[in-house]
Amino acid sequence: MSTPAAVATAAPAAESQSRFEVFTYDDQIVRWFVIATSIWGFVGMLVGALIALQLPFPEANLGEYLSFGRLRPLHTNAVIFAFAGNSIFAAIYYSTQRLCKARMFSDAMSKVHFWGWQAIIVSAAITLPMGFNTSKEYAELEWPIDIAIAVVWIVFAVNFFGTLWKRREKHMYVALWFYIATIVTVAVLHIGNSLALPVGLFKSYPIYKGTQDALVQWWYGHNAVAFFLTTPFLGLMYYFLPKAAERPVFSYRLSIVHFWSLVFIYIWAGPHHLQYTSVPEWAATLGMVFSVMLWMPSWGGMINGLFTLRGAWHKLRDSVVLKMFVVGITFYGMATFEGPALSVKTVNALSHYTDWNIAHVHSGALGWNGFMTFGMIYWLAPRLWRTPLWSQKLANWHFWIGTVGILLYVLAMYTSGITQGLMWRAYDDAGRLLYPDFVESVVQVIPMYWVRLIGGLMYLGGVVLMMVNLYKTIRKAPDELPDPAVAVPRLTGAGSPGGDGASGDGQSTPTPALA
Amino acid sequence: MKRFFRANGAHRRIEGWPLVFTILTVVAILVGTVVEFAPIFLVGGAVQPLATLEPYTPLELAGRDVYIAEGCNNCHSQQVRPFQDEVMRYGPYSVAEEEVYETPHLWGSKRTGPDLARLGGKYPHLWHVRHMDNPRSTSPNSIMPPYPHMLTKPLDLDAIPGKMRGLRRLGIPYTDAQIAGASQSAQAQAREIAAEVESQGGPGQLADREITAVVAYLQRLGVDRARALDPDLDRAEPDVEAHEVEEVYDTMLDPGDEPPLLEPPVSEVPNPTTNLAP
Ligand code: HEC
Ligand code: HEM
Ligand code: HEM
Repeated sequence: MSTPAAVATAAPAAESQSRFEVFTYDDQIVRWFVIATSIWGFVGMLVGALIALQLPFPEANLGEYLSFGRLRPLHTNAVIFAFAGNSIFAAIYYSTQRLCKARMFSDAMSKVHFWGWQAIIVSAAITLPMGFNTSKEYAELEWPIDIAIAVVWIVFAVNFFGTLWKRREKHMYVALWFYIATIVTVAVLHIGNSLALPVGLFKSYPIYKGTQDALVQWWYGHNAVAFFLTTPFLGLMYYFLPKAAERPVFSYRLSIVHFWSLVFIYIWAGPHHLQYTSVPEWAATLGMVFSVMLWMPSWGGMINGLFTLRGAWHKLRDSVVLKMFVVGITFYGMATFEGPALSVKTVNALSHYTDWNIAHVHSGALGWNGFMTFGMIYWLAPRLWRTPLWSQKLANWHFWIGTVGILLYVLAMYTSGITQGLMWRAYDDAGRLLYPDFVESVVQVIPMYWVRLIGGLMYLGGVVLMMVNLYKTIRKAPDELPDPAVAVPRLTGAGSPGGDGASGDGQSTPTPALA
Repeated sequence: MKRFFRANGAHRRIEGWPLVFTILTVVAILVGTVVEFAPIFLVGGAVQPLATLEPYTPLELAGRDVYIAEGCNNCHSQQVRPFQDEVMRYGPYSVAEEEVYETPHLWGSKRTGPDLARLGGKYPHLWHVRHMDNPRSTSPNSIMPPYPHMLTKPLDLDAIPGKMRGLRRLGIPYTDAQIAGASQSAQAQAREIAAEVESQGGPGQLADREITAVVAYLQRLGVDRARALDPDLDRAEPDVEAHEVEEVYDTMLDPGDEPPLLEPPVSEVPNPTTNLAP
């Protein structure tokens, strides 16, 4: 299985006790995060389906608390922070322990992190429909919840860095680099963007005004995409893909180059959300230039992922995990090709404000974040619950209806986005607007909204299949799930065991414990 | 370079030092942050408010907070880009100088509905009341959600002075007198709006309802910018001004015999006034 070096189920022999250290991994916390991921994924996407219905069918706005304007932030917060969030925590808690050959620094902190985060999500699900909302995209939660997020995040950071400090593996594997970048940058972004003056229990005004507020908001907004939806998922990919494919990562050198360039360049790109607005022109241009540069490091990650499968493509046939990963990484490649294109001013002039953005968002979110998460869950479930997955066939169905769902969703939104962009700027022969009444463009795209709803429901159906599969798998798990115990040679000051320079060609990263 | 990437090269060494690695990561993300923000925050004062810019009245402020609570910004932008089609459709493009009191900014990222930055004066108050009550009553094919509760929910005036004091600390120039008289001022403006709605044949008794605050806010949008472009517009007489603005829209949109009255073509060059160069 997935444990490094040797698995010691019985107490190690007395003579080896001197040379070996025995410890356990905390898998219970990972199980919790996996379950939370699937529940919140379902809830968040159900809200997504509801708002997708509200657009073509406004009668679905169910009163004051469940109208589109209040539910849309609930959807984005639920899918980003609850679904993707719990997913990356599951990935981090599982893989960090293995990569460090150490149990998490503090079990208590792990629990505070888990329950604190779920409490934050529940408070978001209550306050957003009530209309407590800052209006800043992806940072809508009001100041008391913002403070709670900061506190829980710091607990998480201490727990994570404590584990690094306690590690028994000398070198940090590339997945850990991405986790480090995630943890420190999200903290900086969240605090920087949320600085506000409270004027009531659930009301505050940001300390920034006008163009400054816009720039800070999109410095945050874009890098929330970068450091919440990209870097942790790259870390996830670097750990779980080689595991599932049983191949070392394609190139160590590429992982170094693309890690540092990604982390350095991403932060500059925020102002591409503000092309042609009243922010200073140079800032928007800088955002555009860095976004175009970002294409390369992004594809570095994609290439390192896909090429890891070299010589292992045949495994795709029987492995739903690998199928999920390959489609996920491919959508990552598409979204990060499209993103730089959208940043270019002439393209953005058309695409900004339209459904094209929604297509871009969901090809990244459904394809990359969703499918990487599902692949990870299908790989983890048998290992965490020590029993084979209940149904491979159901998992395959999930893969196929999910894929078709994404395609319907994004193709519908490309069509409607480009239609909107073209109709808004269309002139007649006399130089007047061809569609002076805005509603004409609304009516035109309504059929596409229905198609998007069908795609979204298919994708959601896939999530339901996964939940059934997970539930059935858990039902047949053994009653006792003791933490896996591991024995590793004691680390003596000088050399470190295993890993280090295992392959001498300077190319392949030593894969975590393929043994 | 080779030495850096080798299996036991320089980078390999950093991988054994989490603290150094973390510091390097922080430096990597701070470079871009500092380079982009330093000029904007240090030279930030160079964006002077429009001469005609005034803070929102207490009632408008309350309306703006309803707009935020309802999440109208999820469907409506408030930022007209300097393109010919947008200027024709909405009105003068947005400039940094009209945004200096906006906290939070409400530019939005999606136009499921039209931009609202130049809405002030486009419609009579009654239109807004009916439209918020049921958008399909004024715009048959609209997909906007209805907000009938705005017509019944009481307007919360008590919170306004506290909000104004907070905003003053953030640099919005409210005077002591304005803060002290906030409630009266809001009530007076609300009564005026409610009376006008009633005189236009709409429902009565709206003076203490949320809807008056929303209407006050919506009618304010873009007015300061319009006055900066045409000093003859007088803020004190919103009706005259509303009617004038409406005429401008009509000439722009009405496909009459006369050639449309267009603004000089706006090329795709970003707005020169936003450059921070001294
Ligand atoms: C689901 C998206 C959606 C939400 C949320 C929404 N609107 Fe709208 N809005 C529209 C659409 C579509 C139109 C165009 C059709 C019409 O006039 O109703 C529109 C039109 C308008 C107009 C008329 C603009 C014009 O120039 O003709 C106003 C004013 C308006 N909305 C205000 C609001 C306010 C205030 C809120 C929040 C309380 C809000 N809207 C929430 C979609 C939305
Ligand atoms: C069943 C699946 C889903 C459906 C039906 C769905 C539907 C929607 C709808 C209708 C919107 C509003 C679009 C608009 O304003 O025009 C939206 C926005 C958004 N969704 Fe989803 N969604 C789904 C899954 C996801 C997932 C899994 C994620 C992220 C991990 C996600 C992230 C977002 C984001 C970030 C936005 C805001 C986009 C923007 O502001 O440009 N969605 N979604
Ligand atoms: C190289 C990488 C990328 C670049 C350069 C990029 C660029 C862009 C651009 C230019 C926009 C449109 C801004 C606008 O006109 O309003 C945008 C929107 C968005 N992108 Fe990306 N993108 C990239 C990758 C991704 C990925 C992988 C995801 C998701 C997982 C993602 C999620 C989003 C979201 C959520 C928005 C909507 C923001 C909003 O308006 O609310 N992006 N991106």
